[in-house]
Amino acid sequence: MTNLLEVKQVSKQFGTFTALQDVSISVPKGSIFGLLGPNGAGKTTLIRIVNQITMPDQGDVFLDNDILNPNHIKDIGYLPEERGLYKTMKVGEQALYLAQLKGLSKTEAKERLKYWFDKFEITHWWNKKIQELSKGMAQKVQFIVTVLHRPKLLIFDEPFSGFDPISANIIKDEILQLREEGATVIFSTHRMESVEELCDRIALINKSKKILEGKVSDIKRAYKSNTFEVGILAEDTARLYATIQDKFNVEPADFKAIDDQLKMKITLDGTTSSNELLQYLSGNGQVVRFNEVIPGINEIFIKSIEEHE
Amino acid sequence: MSNLKLIIKREFIARVRNKTFVVMTFLSPLIVVAMVSLVVWLATLNNDEARKIAFFDETGLFVSDFEDSDAIDYINYSHLPLNDAKDSVVIKELYGLLYIPKKQTNEELAGAIQFYADEAPNISILNDLENIMSDRLTHHNFEEKGLDLEVIEKAKANVNIQIENFYGEKTSKMSSYIKMIFGGAAGYFLMMLIIIYGNMVMRSVIEEKSNRIIEIIISSVKPMQLMMGKILGTSFAGIFQFVLWVILGGVFLTVVSMVLGLDQPQIAGVDQTLTFEEGGQEEIKLLLQESLQDIFKLPIGTLILSFFIYFIGGYFLYSSIYAAIGAAVDNETDSQQFMLPIILPLILAIYVGFFSVIENPHGTVATIFSMIPLTSPIVMLMRIPFGVPWWEVVISIVLLVGSIVFLIWLAGRIYRVGILMYGKKPTYKELLKWMKY
Repeated sequence: MTNLLEVKQVSKQFGTFTALQDVSISVPKGSIFGLLGPNGAGKTTLIRIVNQITMPDQGDVFLDNDILNPNHIKDIGYLPEERGLYKTMKVGEQALYLAQLKGLSKTEAKERLKYWFDKFEITHWWNKKIQELSKGMAQKVQFIVTVLHRPKLLIFDEPFSGFDPISANIIKDEILQLREEGATVIFSTHRMESVEELCDRIALINKSKKILEGKVSDIKRAYKSNTFEVGILAEDTARLYATIQDKFNVEPADFKAIDDQLKMKITLDGTTSSNELLQYLSGNGQVVRFNEVIPGINEIFIKSIEEHE
Repeated sequence: MSNLKLIIKREFIARVRNKTFVVMTFLSPLIVVAMVSLVVWLATLNNDEARKIAFFDETGLFVSDFEDSDAIDYINYSHLPLNDAKDSVVIKELYGLLYIPKKQTNEELAGAIQFYADEAPNISILNDLENIMSDRLTHHNFEEKGLDLEVIEKAKANVNIQIENFYGEKTSKMSSYIKMIFGGAAGYFLMMLIIIYGNMVMRSVIEEKSNRIIEIIISSVKPMQLMMGKILGTSFAGIFQFVLWVILGGVFLTVVSMVLGLDQPQIAGVDQTLTFEEGGQEEIKLLLQESLQDIFKLPIGTLILSFFIYFIGGYFLYSSIYAAIGAAVDNETDSQQFMLPIILPLILAIYVGFFSVIENPHGTVATIFSMIPLTSPIVMLMRIPFGVPWWEVVISIVLLVGSIVFLIWLAGRIYRVGILMYGKKPTYKELLKWMKY
């Protein structure tokens, strides 16, 4: 798979403050890429560098194998975290203006705007001023403006903040649809769980450094600890717990269940397979729950920070 | 269409559609015309009312000289006792009583004439009275000395120094005043325009920042392009407004003068009372003609051209500072702390203009300030009616253009950092740091 975006050893300083230090990421064509990290980690600076708003002090950025240049502006659609529109300008006029700034001709822009306005059923907003619309409504307009010029690369900074759940879902579906049509998507967020399910690949950034990058499945595999959540119905749960404790590495667990059962987490050391564990357990009671514990991105993030410090 | 053109177009439309802009465009010429007409009307009103002055002439010398004029109606109270005359003036609310006592000699008489009035009398009326009586007494003196009046009249010489420059162009004494008025008005007007349109640029920058649209836009265009688009778009809006002002002002003035019937002679009449009170009618007309000629003799073309050059130069210089300030702050209130570098040189230029230039248009102070870029648009504009060597103008324009390029570059550096900074009030020190990012 070829990479649409390659960031190579980019560093950026603001005075004495280091915003990015030797950060490299590669975003494969057609993927959904999660750029994750806490507030102030340097995500927005990295995105601004890709958007050519800020120039890196060191390092190079390649888009479609070309070093980043002003012609790439029309290939990128960017929805910044700090986003707004002209309050006193009419919706249609400013959508046209912003589309033309991205290099669309006026007629082309009008046609495409009509398509999107029809799709979102907001055609009657055309002559309204933004100050007459709610925040959620304005965000729909911003989304349209971001994708209107059919960019190869879409970058969303904290995309779902400010959307109500229904609008957020519509936008999510639209983004997936755009990916189907060949766009590559970068999500940047500090609320990691919110995009975890969408992303194929992620990079974690903390304190100006990238600490982790890869396919979500690979990362999860690397960070899983062979731990299983188990629920068993037995007559004497205390005795069973003690028996199992002799053989395996066991911790008590807490999850919601209908029946009164023995709840625990069993971590395998590698000599026993999950099948053998299941066989052993089923010989001692009725197994009602058996599932592998997969770490969330948040957990992985915290773990990897600990590893790096 | 290129992005710069798109931005200029949007800025222009946004400025022109703004309600304040529309109101000001139509209201300003109306207000100015209304004020001018009011002043003219009040002046004519004042002028029409002849003042009633009673005189009590014990000598009987002057009775024939006191002829009613436009300004004064005379009433002869010489037949009454002095006290009755005084009472009668008070009761009838006349302007005053002129008392001419009988004296032995003309010298004594000249120092003994009195004017009784409640309020301090109008200087020009006193001047009129003094002139009339001085003439009569002088004639009387001549006659007493046995001199032939006609011979004396013929022998009178009237020196009128003709002022001429080395290129043979004649000027009058009035021309200095007219140059001052033209230069001063142009300089002052320029300052107001710079502040008005500079503020527009700043507000437009702050608006984009506080609307949070700025990052969406600069992901499509370079910050420098956006800043230049704003400055240019606003300048076109300014020129558009200026042209409308001239047209509307002309139309309103014509309409008003037609409606009120303020034709030329009456307006000229006002000028007489305002400026040339001591002169006779003939002299006034001559002076008026001269000053009109002087106005036409002014290099109008050069003046208009230099106004445009210095307006555009000054506007670019200051509006780039305004743009940088707008980028540095989050709202208009915070911008106050950075206004000093704008207001200080403007005020300084106006002061230098009104004191140094008028005192000595080609003195060292005036010349230096007409070279320094932040003050040169105003000071040079005030100097130009007095005739400035072309090479001085060229130097000042070159310096101005050079500093515009430098300041726009500097402002651009502050701008591109400032527009992405939220939530903190920057200090001058921080602005300096931004320039190095």
